[in-house]
Amino acid sequence: MDEQILEIEESIPVNPIESFLRTDRMPHIWCPGCGIGTTVNCFTRALETSGLDLNKVSVVSGIGCTGRVAGYLNLDSFHTTHGRPIPFATGLKLANPELKVVVYSGDGDLFAIGGNHFIHAARRNLDMTVICVNNSIYGMTGGQVAPTTPISATASTTPHGNFEQPFNLPYLADSCGAVYVARWTAFHVRHLTKSIKEALAKKGFSFIEILAPCPTLYSRRNKLGDGLDQMIYYKENSEIKHGADTKSVALDFQSKIIVGKFVDRDRPDYLTLMNEHYQKKFGDKYTPYKG
Amino acid sequence: MPTTTEKKIKGTVVITVERCKGCGFCVEFCPSKALKLSEQFNSKGYHPPVLISQELCNGCDMCGLLCPDFAIYGIRIK
Repeated sequence: MDEQILEIEESIPVNPIESFLRTDRMPHIWCPGCGIGTTVNCFTRALETSGLDLNKVSVVSGIGCTGRVAGYLNLDSFHTTHGRPIPFATGLKLANPELKVVVYSGDGDLFAIGGNHFIHAARRNLDMTVICVNNSIYGMTGGQVAPTTPISATASTTPHGNFEQPFNLPYLADSCGAVYVARWTAFHVRHLTKSIKEALAKKGFSFIEILAPCPTLYSRRNKLGDGLDQMIYYKENSEIKHGADTKSVALDFQSKIIVGKFVDRDRPDYLTLMNEHYQKKFGDKYTPYKG
Repeated sequence: MPTTTEKKIKGTVVITVERCKGCGFCVEFCPSKALKLSEQFNSKGYHPPVLISQELCNGCDMCGLLCPDFAIYGIRIK
């Protein structure tokens, strides 16, 4: 009898994500209907098929709901101080150029507190992948208005509606010089998986924005239903437009969402430029930096 | 010797009931509408999904990609 039970258990394959998770930390703290877990699924599926050596992949997160991804993934990961995943990732990458560095954080962490670091990493074209889960609000701290909150949306600090112009994240990344810019929603799981795989394979600064529902703060305050209602909204109101001009993809409150791969270009990355520059200046006296 | 009904089964889902938070993503976006929320509760008080019928599931793993709580995944049966 015991043998039979064992055989059945062995024949059921384990959840493909299980080997990527620190299972002792499960269940996670994300709310029911939150889209962050969905993006983690896509990220791990992309990693699985990318053929990368997982010992050479590291994930860096900042503070916030999405910042917890680094703690839940069973990879070499680091949970930095607020807004500083990109500076940490920069140091990590420059000291260990053989690593594949992924910054996985939220919109508040990457664009409000750490906005300055983002534009400079994109300008220098550091070889890293930045995944930003955009839930349009500061989720963990209680739903304050964020630089990505659409005009007229209600947040705990703007009870009469937001009047500040939000960031158009793909346009910001594009104008700062990112080599790969894409936007998806938590609903577009297959597209997103493919896109993350492409971004991981790209040399240089790649950026993916993922719109995700925040049922507890954003949706509830704006009377948009729960996480599932937001996902249905993403399904019905998204339009895939690859190569769209990033200027035209700004988000308004509950407007049409343009998703797709907007930018895919080639530009030498930071370390290549540095080595080329000093080789030109000093000739044979300069040993190219390899970490 | 497989019977005719067994031949029809293309895939199935494996559900970790205790991890589920009942968000309903898998039920809503299942391409073959093979899932529904169960009448039963898990220990946290959420309704986990169940297969409506084994024949409907084709094991595409869309539920596994969408599940934010890593509680479900699809497998193809060959």
